[in-house]
Amino acid sequence: MSRLTQTFQQLKSQHKTALIPFITAGDPNPTLTVPLMHKLVVAGASILELGVPFSDPMADGPVIQRASERALEYHTSLRDVLEMVADFRQDDNETPVVLMGYLNPIETMGYKTFAKACAKAGVDGVLTVDMPPEEAEDLVRQLTHQACDTIFLLAPTSDAQRMERICNQASGFVYYVSLKGVTGSNQLDVDAVADKLAEIRQHTTLPIGVGFGIKTAENAAAVAKHADAVVVGSALVAQIEQLNPSQILVELPKLIQTMRQAMDEVSL
Amino acid sequence: MFEFMHRESRALPDKNGHFGIYGGLFVSETLMQPLAQLRAAYEHYIADSDFIAELDDDLHHYVGRPSALYYAKRWSHHLGGAQIFLKREDLNHTGAHKINSALGQALLAKRMGKTRIIAETGAGQHGVATATVAARMGMECVVYMGEEDIKRQTINVYRMKLLGATVRPVSSGSKTLKDALNEAMRDWVTNIDNTFYIIGTVAGPHPYPAMVRDFQAVIGRETRRQIKAQTGELPDALIACVGGGSNAMGLFYPFLEDKRVALYGVEAAGDGLATGRHAAPLSAGKVGVLHGNRTYLMADEDGQIIETHSISAGLDYPGVGPEHAWLKDNKRAQYVAITDEEALEAFHLLTRMEGIMPALESSHALAFCKKFAPTLRREQLIVVNLSGRGDKDIHTVAALEGMRV
Repeated sequence: MSRLTQTFQQLKSQHKTALIPFITAGDPNPTLTVPLMHKLVVAGASILELGVPFSDPMADGPVIQRASERALEYHTSLRDVLEMVADFRQDDNETPVVLMGYLNPIETMGYKTFAKACAKAGVDGVLTVDMPPEEAEDLVRQLTHQACDTIFLLAPTSDAQRMERICNQASGFVYYVSLKGVTGSNQLDVDAVADKLAEIRQHTTLPIGVGFGIKTAENAAAVAKHADAVVVGSALVAQIEQLNPSQILVELPKLIQTMRQAMDEVSL
Repeated sequence: MFEFMHRESRALPDKNGHFGIYGGLFVSETLMQPLAQLRAAYEHYIADSDFIAELDDDLHHYVGRPSALYYAKRWSHHLGGAQIFLKREDLNHTGAHKINSALGQALLAKRMGKTRIIAETGAGQHGVATATVAARMGMECVVYMGEEDIKRQTINVYRMKLLGATVRPVSSGSKTLKDALNEAMRDWVTNIDNTFYIIGTVAGPHPYPAMVRDFQAVIGRETRRQIKAQTGELPDALIACVGGGSNAMGLFYPFLEDKRVALYGVEAAGDGLATGRHAAPLSAGKVGVLHGNRTYLMADEDGQIIETHSISAGLDYPGVGPEHAWLKDNKRAQYVAITDEEALEAFHLLTRMEGIMPALESSHALAFCKKFAPTLRREQLIVVNLSGRGDKDIHTVAALEGMRV
């Protein structure tokens, strides 16, 4: 059983929702990423989502875009990100790690090489933002072959036919984009999210994560009532932008802890 | 004028937008449904006689088509080889070929009930064309433009503002066309309900490469008729500059089946291909995925998109339309590159020799013609797409000569 499936099953038996912090690998510098990952796990992160820096992050808002730019100042490459995961795995063999990024660095490395490297490093899932299922067949095959899950996005604009298609191709979990917009937007509508999740559940038994626009512990708790996982990205990355490295290692785990508590209170 | 779907109907892309391995739909899920709607609307209206009649009427009375095919007699004699004809897209309303597609897409936006138009622009020609049609139709218009490009194209920025458009400076990445495109995509994904994104070139996710090509193919159709009327022959070669590649695709497309017509796309070699400071993905790039399609790109060994360089803002783009990538691989077209210096020389030469001041983009096509024409016989014919006029570039040219105007 994959780490992702195992984690979701375990949380379910505890009536808990997964909390997934997102950070961009190499932001604010490459040496901070692995220590930060460990601290986030201690603070209550169930799964870690690691952004692979890209020069042209079209689906991201300004906050995560700047995180990519900071990481790229250190030339943080896909190879470096895989090394960070391998490094993290030295001390943590349980917490699932999902890579989120854009297709071009993966194409450049080659699908097969990338899938093998994922397995070797201990990556559990891959979400390629700019690769819809229509274009994903080859990469899904290579990743599946290496027992790595492929996570796909669902959006407010996805109709029933697309939901069916995407859910059929996804594994690990599906990721519902809670709003029409880029990451870090300001228009979260929890009721609309709840309606859409009910619709998605007609097409799949996979866990459903919700992200884009979850900024506060209240947001996280409200979404946790309906979702199997809550993804928090821009809210964390915005703090990285403002704090120095030692503060980052304190303040980000603190925010995750607050969110974890708020989420646990609604589920009890 | 528009005669769609006749001889061209069997051409690519396939239904998912692929030209061989190129093209496709590489966008985040939120855009998949809006792109499907756009595709359906486009396919419907392109076969709708009312729509075509409105487009034809506007192309004629508003844009001023057909644009002239001009025999550059003096320049031809000077070069001493083939006879050279210039397709005068610089004479269109707003001074470049960009209006052909901006107009077509804006009419489509209106039919789709969209009230807001966005666009990205590099040199500013597409931004001006879009702001122009938006003004005429009374639609809100926002144009994204890199801060670097805003600096080198001040006149076009002011033109857009006069036309009532909002020009939003883009300060991320390399602050040029590719970043403006990223930012326009972000706007679109946030405002998809009321907004139509008018892309300026034959790149982007399906259906943009095919749709922009189809709206630009009026260039090639007119050229076919005009050269036959003037000489009784088809040309031996067509030459056009390639940034994203819309003017080249528009000229080439109606000639794709005429295998004896050679096609030359001219990329920007900047300081020279060997220096790495250029914008020539077909000549010196590799295959990858950017801005919704698979194509040739300028990227580093990690797959990060690298900064491009060209004297001409309109060619300063790290990707290229997927159909050009396909035409390169199957060898139907050949792609060459021209340096900043060669382009400038051609700019001056045409200005002095024919009294026509070409855009720096088009000057790349002219510079290749200058090398190529003397290798052909006198009875052979070349058509060069003069895609835009050079007024917008006067400051750049003057600055290089140490003058301020």
